[in-house]
Amino acid sequence: MDYVIEMLNIRKEFPGIVANDNITIQLKKGEIHALLGENGAGKSTLMNVLFGLYQPEKGEIRVKGEPVKITNPNIANDLGIGMVHQHFMLVEPFTVTQNIILGKEPKTKIGSINLKKAEREIQELSDRYGLKVDPTAKIRDISVGMQQRVEILKTLYRGAEVLIFDEPTAVLTPQEITELLEIMRSLVREGKSIILITHKLKEIMEVSDRCTVIRKGKGIGTVNIADTNVDELASLMVGREVSFKTDKKPAEPKEAVLKINDLYVKDARKVNIVKGLDLEVRAGEIVGIAGIDGNGQSELIEAITGLAKANGGQILLNNKDITNKSPRKVTESGVGHIPQDRHKYGLVLDYSIGENIVLQTYYQKPYSKNTILKPKEIFNKAEELIELYDVRTPSVYTLARALSGGNQQKAIIAREIDRSPDLLIAAQPTRGLDVGAIEFIHKKLIEERDKGKAVLLISFELDEILDVSDRIAVMFDGKIVANVKPEETDENELGLLMAGSTTTKAGESK
Amino acid sequence: MTSNNKFMTFMIPVFSVFLGLFVGAIIMIISGYNPIEGYAALWRGAFGDAYTIGETIRRTTPLILTGLAIAFAFRTGLFNIGAEGQVIVGWLASVWVGIAIDAPFIIHLPLAILAGAIAGGLWGFVPGLLKAKLGVHEVIVTIMMNYIALHVSNNIIRSVLTDHATKTENIADTASLASDFLSNMTLNSRLHYGILIALFAAVIMWFIIQRTTIGYELKAVGFNKHASKYAGMKVGKNIILSMVIAGGFAGLAGAMEGLGTFGNIHVMSGFTNLGFDGIAVALLGANNPFGVVMAAFLFGTLKEGANEMPTGAGVPTELVDIIIALIIFFVASSYIIRWALLRFKKEGK
Repeated sequence: MDYVIEMLNIRKEFPGIVANDNITIQLKKGEIHALLGENGAGKSTLMNVLFGLYQPEKGEIRVKGEPVKITNPNIANDLGIGMVHQHFMLVEPFTVTQNIILGKEPKTKIGSINLKKAEREIQELSDRYGLKVDPTAKIRDISVGMQQRVEILKTLYRGAEVLIFDEPTAVLTPQEITELLEIMRSLVREGKSIILITHKLKEIMEVSDRCTVIRKGKGIGTVNIADTNVDELASLMVGREVSFKTDKKPAEPKEAVLKINDLYVKDARKVNIVKGLDLEVRAGEIVGIAGIDGNGQSELIEAITGLAKANGGQILLNNKDITNKSPRKVTESGVGHIPQDRHKYGLVLDYSIGENIVLQTYYQKPYSKNTILKPKEIFNKAEELIELYDVRTPSVYTLARALSGGNQQKAIIAREIDRSPDLLIAAQPTRGLDVGAIEFIHKKLIEERDKGKAVLLISFELDEILDVSDRIAVMFDGKIVANVKPEETDENELGLLMAGSTTTKAGESK
Repeated sequence: MTSNNKFMTFMIPVFSVFLGLFVGAIIMIISGYNPIEGYAALWRGAFGDAYTIGETIRRTTPLILTGLAIAFAFRTGLFNIGAEGQVIVGWLASVWVGIAIDAPFIIHLPLAILAGAIAGGLWGFVPGLLKAKLGVHEVIVTIMMNYIALHVSNNIIRSVLTDHATKTENIADTASLASDFLSNMTLNSRLHYGILIALFAAVIMWFIIQRTTIGYELKAVGFNKHASKYAGMKVGKNIILSMVIAGGFAGLAGAMEGLGTFGNIHVMSGFTNLGFDGIAVALLGANNPFGVVMAAFLFGTLKEGANEMPTGAGVPTELVDIIIALIIFFVASSYIIRWALLRFKKEGK
C-alpha cells in the first residue's frame, strides 16, 4: 500500500496520564483523512508528535515507507509536512506575501528581499488551488476565512505535500466552511494529502475518505467513510450510543416570565441594532432565537442582562420592570446567563474553578459574611457542583484556564443553573464543544424547562434551535419577524425567514 | 502543576539574588577589588553590630510599605508608578499633623499616621478616578502626580510650615514613632516602632486580597473586566478603590520617615526613591505581601551594608546599586532562570 505518512503504535506519556496509547494512523497519498476524537482525546498530542514538538515513548513514524526521527518542526517541514493551525500565526500589519515568506525570503542579487518574485509565486499557487488570495493585501484588512487561506499558502509555499488542518472550521462562517471544503478537495486533486483534525461529524462525512477515531488516548480504529454514518462515528468517538434528537416531553408553558415590549438597543457604533423588538418567554418553555449573526441577538441579551443600555422600550421579568437595571440587580431578580463568550464574560480564567463557581454569589451568605470570604463554604459548594455537573477537573483549586472548553462551559452552567433562576438565558451554549458535552448541556436546559423555568436559547446552529426549542422566534434586522413551532418548520423555511423573506408566516410575530 | 508554579515563583527570586551577587563578585574581580572582602564589608555594614542591625531594619520599614503599594495595585491589574509621590504627601501630612496638633499620645500618633495614609490614598484616588471615568492610563497620571507631590510639598514646607527654611521643626513627642527602648537596644540607631506597622500592613494586604470580598472583586477586575461586569461588580469603583488602598500603603511609608526616622520633613531636591525602589521590591517579592517583606529586607540590607564597603574594603557603594540592578534584571528575565531550573530538575531526576 502506498502510504505517505504512517504513525505506528505511537505512545506518548505525560506525568500521570497516557495521552496517546498505541495509536496508529496511516495516510494514503491523495486522501483526506479525518482524525476524530472528543476534546482532550489526544488528537493534538498525536499531531505534535508528528510535528516534532513531542518525542513518543514508543512507536514508529514512516514517511513514504522510510522510518524517520522527527525531533523538531523544521525536520517535519523538510519532510513536506505542513500544519494549518487553529489559531493563526500571522503578522497583522504585514501583507499576505510578507507573512508567507517570513523566515524564507527570496533574495535579489544585491541581497534585498525579492518581493515581486514572491508575489508572483504566491499568485500562481493561489490560482492553482483556487484560493483567490490577493498577495498584496494586508492581513488586518482581510476576513478570517482569507487569513486561513494565507496559512494554507504558507505551508504550500514551503513545499508541503501533507497538510494537517487543526480544527479548521471552528472560526469560519457556514459559507466559508463550504469554500474551505472545496479548497481541500482541490488540494487533494493536485496530489496533496490531508489530515483533518475535527470533532464535527458532518464535515467528516462530507469531505473525508477515511477516518481514524481516538478516544481517551486510545486508537479505536480506522473506517472508510463510504461504509459508515454519523451515528456510528459518534458512538465510536464517545464510546456509547449518542442521541442526536433530544428526548423531551411536550412543553407545558404557563405564565409569562420575560416580556419585552418595543425594545431599542444601540450597538458599539451608536446605531440602533435592536429596533422595536417584542418577545415573550413563558415558564416551562424553551424559546430559541434563530438568526444570522449580527442581527442584534448579542445586543438583545446584553440589554436584558443589564450589560448594555436599552434606549427605548420595556423589559419585564415576572411583571417587574428590569429595564436598564444594573447587571447585579438583574441577576438577583432571577436571571441566569450563560454568556456567548465564555472566556471574555463567563469566567475569570485566572481564578480557580471554586472561585468561579461563586462569581455571582461570592458576596452572599454562606460564601462570605461581613465581607469576609468563607473559603471552606466556597470550595465545598464547588466540590458539590463539579460532581453534580460532571465538570472534569483535577481539583476545585485548578485554574479555570487549565480546563477544556467543555468543562469550562459545564462549570458556568452549573453556576448559573444552581441559583435556580426563573429565566435562564443560554447564548450559544454549545459553541466549540464536542458531542458528549452538547448532549449534556441540552439535557440540562430541558431539565430546567421541566422544572417550570423559562429558557431563552440563542444559537447560530439551526440544528440546535430546531432540536431543543419549544418555540422558535426568528430574529432579523433587530426584530422578531416570525414565531414558528419547530415541528412545523424546517431548515429551509427558517433560512428564508432569517434572511428577511416575508413570504411565509411573517406577521405572525408577537 | 500549581505546586510547580508556586515553587517557581519562590525559586526565581532566590536564584536571581544569588546570580546577582555572583555576577557582582565577578564585576568586583574585574575592577580589581576582592569580592570576599567586599561582601564581608557589606555583611558588617548591615549586621556587624546592634547599631547596623537597627539601621538595616529602619531602612527596610518604608520599603516594605512602598513594595506593598506597588504589589497591591499590581494584583488588581494596575501599575502604580506613583508610590513616590504618595510617599512624599504622606510624609508631609503626617509631619504637619505631628506639628500642628496638640493631643495626648494615644490620639496624636494614630492621627498623624492616619493623616499620612489618607494623603497617600488621596494621591492614588486622582489617577484611579481618571482611569475609571476617562480611561486615562494610570502610569502617565501617577508619574505626573509624583512631580506635583514633590514641588507642592517643597512649597508648603518653605512657605506654609516654615518661613523659608529648608526643614520643618520637629514633631511633638506625642506623635513620634521613635523609641528610646529600641534605640538604646541598638546602640542609638534610629530604629523605631514603624517596623511593626509595616509588618502589620503586610498582613492586612494579605487579608484583603485573599480573604475578603473586596479582594475577590479587586482581583477579578484586574484579571478580567468583562467577566467582572457580567458578575455585577462595579469596575470603575474597584479601580479607584485599588489605587486608594495602594496609595494609602505608600502614604504610610512616608509617615514612617516623618514620624519615625526623621521627625520632620525637609525640602527635597529630588525624589526619595523609596517609591521607585518599591517597584523593584514588589517585583522581587512576586507581588506577594510576605515576599515583599523579604525583598524589602534584602534591599534594606544591601543599601545599609553598602555604607561600609568603601571604608571596609575600598569598594565603591555604587557597586551595590549594580548588584540590585542585576538582581532585578534576573527576576525580569525570569524566563532564563525558569529554563535553567527546569533543566536542573530534569537532570536531577
